[in-house]
Amino acid sequence: MKLRRPRLSCLSIAMILFALIILIVAILLRPLTLPKPEALSAAFAPVVVAPLKPVSAFNAIVDPAARSVALFQEAGRVIRHPRCMNCHPRTDRPTQTDAMRPHMPAVARGPDGAGDPHLRCATCHNDANFTGRDVPGNPQWLLALIEQAWQGRSLGETCRQLFDPARSYITRAELLEHMANDALVGWAWHPGGDRPPAPGTQAQFGALIAAWRETDARWPA
Amino acid sequence: MTHSLFVNGRLHSVDTDGDAPLLWVLRDHLRLTGTKYGCGKAQCGACTVHADGQPVRSCSLSLADAATSRIETIEGAAGPEAEALTAAWVARGVPQCGFCQSGQLMSALALLRANSAPTDADIDAAMSGNLCRCATYNRIRAGIHDAAAALGDRS
Ligand code: FES
Ligand code: FES
Repeated sequence: MKLRRPRLSCLSIAMILFALIILIVAILLRPLTLPKPEALSAAFAPVVVAPLKPVSAFNAIVDPAARSVALFQEAGRVIRHPRCMNCHPRTDRPTQTDAMRPHMPAVARGPDGAGDPHLRCATCHNDANFTGRDVPGNPQWLLALIEQAWQGRSLGETCRQLFDPARSYITRAELLEHMANDALVGWAWHPGGDRPPAPGTQAQFGALIAAWRETDARWPA
Repeated sequence: MTHSLFVNGRLHSVDTDGDAPLLWVLRDHLRLTGTKYGCGKAQCGACTVHADGQPVRSCSLSLADAATSRIETIEGAAGPEAEALTAAWVARGVPQCGFCQSGQLMSALALLRANSAPTDADIDAAMSGNLCRCATYNRIRAGIHDAAAALGDRS
């Protein structure tokens, strides 16, 4: 006897197709629960930098020595800012970014602080920030002298070396001038790109340093 | 706005934004495509040209700033140092893919013009801003030494 293979009738094919369509429509129309927006964890919150306190905020400190230290500590928020520290390295290589990682490409301070004679800072850094390509610039772009290395030093140590005759290359008056009016220092408040600027303004910073000098320039331990 | 740009001994008139990077102008307006685009932000050195004899990254120099200088690109590189470097590069087969090489050569050219007998340390310092994805660094350094030696033999 010859067995006949069962055949799908047109009706059963239509039923299968119909069931498939129902299944696809059900999948497409199933209620979706969208994820709810969550607040970012505090670790990702934008850092809010408090502005520099004005000199008058320290008038209430009666002891002149304590007031002097407090003034310098406030100015230290600028001194210890990556926009300033990156060019005060304790090696011959500057650092960059807020993480203060070694400068890429590898560059060296060179004899005058403006780069190796054959790879000058000006190879990449021009007279002004080049905003389109996010390369910072200033006409005086150069590193601080190695005697004024600030990285890896406490604020007190930084302060001591500012006035150490063996390591200081400028007088107190010149120091004030440098901090309050130097255009390269001023770049720290106009760094361009997405680089956070130093807190406050250069004028406020200069006023803090001037008040600190008037209170006998005491430094923190 | 129209800018006058002095490139490889010829004065060009370029009608574009003064903020345009020099590299864009060289490649897209003047069709000097020997200078390459690598990173576009002064990180790799592929776009190195000379401005008044000094190596600069053309991706990070604006047309307005470049217009005050005499620009030299790989197409215009000439003179004994350029010839010595070319011969050394060919003899040693320095390039691999070649993409970084015009920038490497422009940095090497500036070095040799200023220092005809560079040491390894001089070469490393001068060339550290020029990256090579193919890592031809040893051949580049050897090529510069070869070119310096050839220049020494000539003089
Ligand atoms: S493209 Fe200019 S340095 Fe990389
Ligand atoms: S030869 Fe390929 S990147 Fe340098």
